[in-house]
Amino acid sequence: MATHRCLLVEDSPTMRQLITFALKRIPNLDIVEASDGVDALKKLPGQKIDIMLTDINMPIMDGLKLISLMKNNPNYKDIPVVVITTEGGKEDRERGISLGAKAYITKPVQTTNLLKVVKEILPDL
Amino acid sequence: MSEQEDRGNKSILKKGQEFLNLHQKVESFTQELLKENERLRFKAASLEQEKKSLQQSAATPPPDELVGKVQALEQEKEALLKRYQQVEEENVDFAKRYLEIEEENNNLANLYVASFQLHSTLDFKEVVQIVMEIVINLVGAEKFSLMLLDENKGDLYAVSSEGVPREKIPHIKLGEGVVGKVAQEGSGPYIAEGKDRSKITLTEPLVVIPMKIKDQVIGAIVVYATLEQKEGFSPLDFELFNLLAGHAATALFASKLYSESERKLSTIQGFLELLKQ
Repeated sequence: MATHRCLLVEDSPTMRQLITFALKRIPNLDIVEASDGVDALKKLPGQKIDIMLTDINMPIMDGLKLISLMKNNPNYKDIPVVVITTEGGKEDRERGISLGAKAYITKPVQTTNLLKVVKEILPDL
Repeated sequence: MSEQEDRGNKSILKKGQEFLNLHQKVESFTQELLKENERLRFKAASLEQEKKSLQQSAATPPPDELVGKVQALEQEKEALLKRYQQVEEENVDFAKRYLEIEEENNNLANLYVASFQLHSTLDFKEVVQIVMEIVINLVGAEKFSLMLLDENKGDLYAVSSEGVPREKIPHIKLGEGVVGKVAQEGSGPYIAEGKDRSKITLTEPLVVIPMKIKDQVIGAIVVYATLEQKEGFSPLDFELFNLLAGHAATALFASKLYSESERKLSTIQGFLELLKQ
């Protein structure tokens, strides 16, 4: 089975470790970590990213700005994006989806829900 | 004999011959019919005989051997159905147990990550930041503060907060109000179950987690509100509260001691440098 690559963009080391821990249950999924939007943009070139998980509230560059930049770049616009947010409100979800995110997950992150969303977006995992 | 008589005789002969031919044909046809009749009678008789013998065999009860076999097969069928039902029930139990184990596994992973992060650094500010992250991301608190005990003054003061400006959080004397009492007694966590959320204040919070090393309370985590999507506290949340009560306390205490000792070391080193000069 081909290996897929996930770009995880999250400023909290605790959350990065937690999500990485959970995603490691999925076989053939490599995880690339980035601490904010700028770090993510540095890590995108030169590797094939199959899915991106991003927090919204991050320093330097937030998740929505990152999504917006990616969707305007022909090299990255097709990468499916999942937004991880503390915001349970409808507006923020809709904002993320309108910018091109495929799905959202609210904090506190439930591992079962996270794995379900990732497998729905990459069904051959 | 005249010609006319002759012709008449000939036609009579001809007609006689035709009649004879016809008669012979009828006779032959009749013979065939008689033969066919006989054949059909014989066939009917044999079919009648067969019918009688079939009726007889249907009326005769099956031998005991066959009855026994049928009974045994029916018993076997009953046993198989019962076993199938048992296996179905076991499958449902296994599926249920699998979900329970998966949830337990997820919870353990959360606790492991929280513990790992808390003890991953000796920098006080970083430890504070990690505690804050755990409370936001794992517990799902929206408004809360991390308070430490000032042993000299005997009151709790906020070192960090989320969702509430730190300067608005009052100092709380040990024994005063909900927070002070919980911190003084060291019992907890305190959870205002079923309380009207509109009645939650900075001194009457939703949750108070006393942080203590053995029996010595060093501070408290005070939660005023949870995230909108958070529906009550789960067993994992209670486990996290217990973890924070113990591990956050030691991490904060150790990092604070380390920071102070580093400062003292720097001071002494600076002093020694001065003396050398």
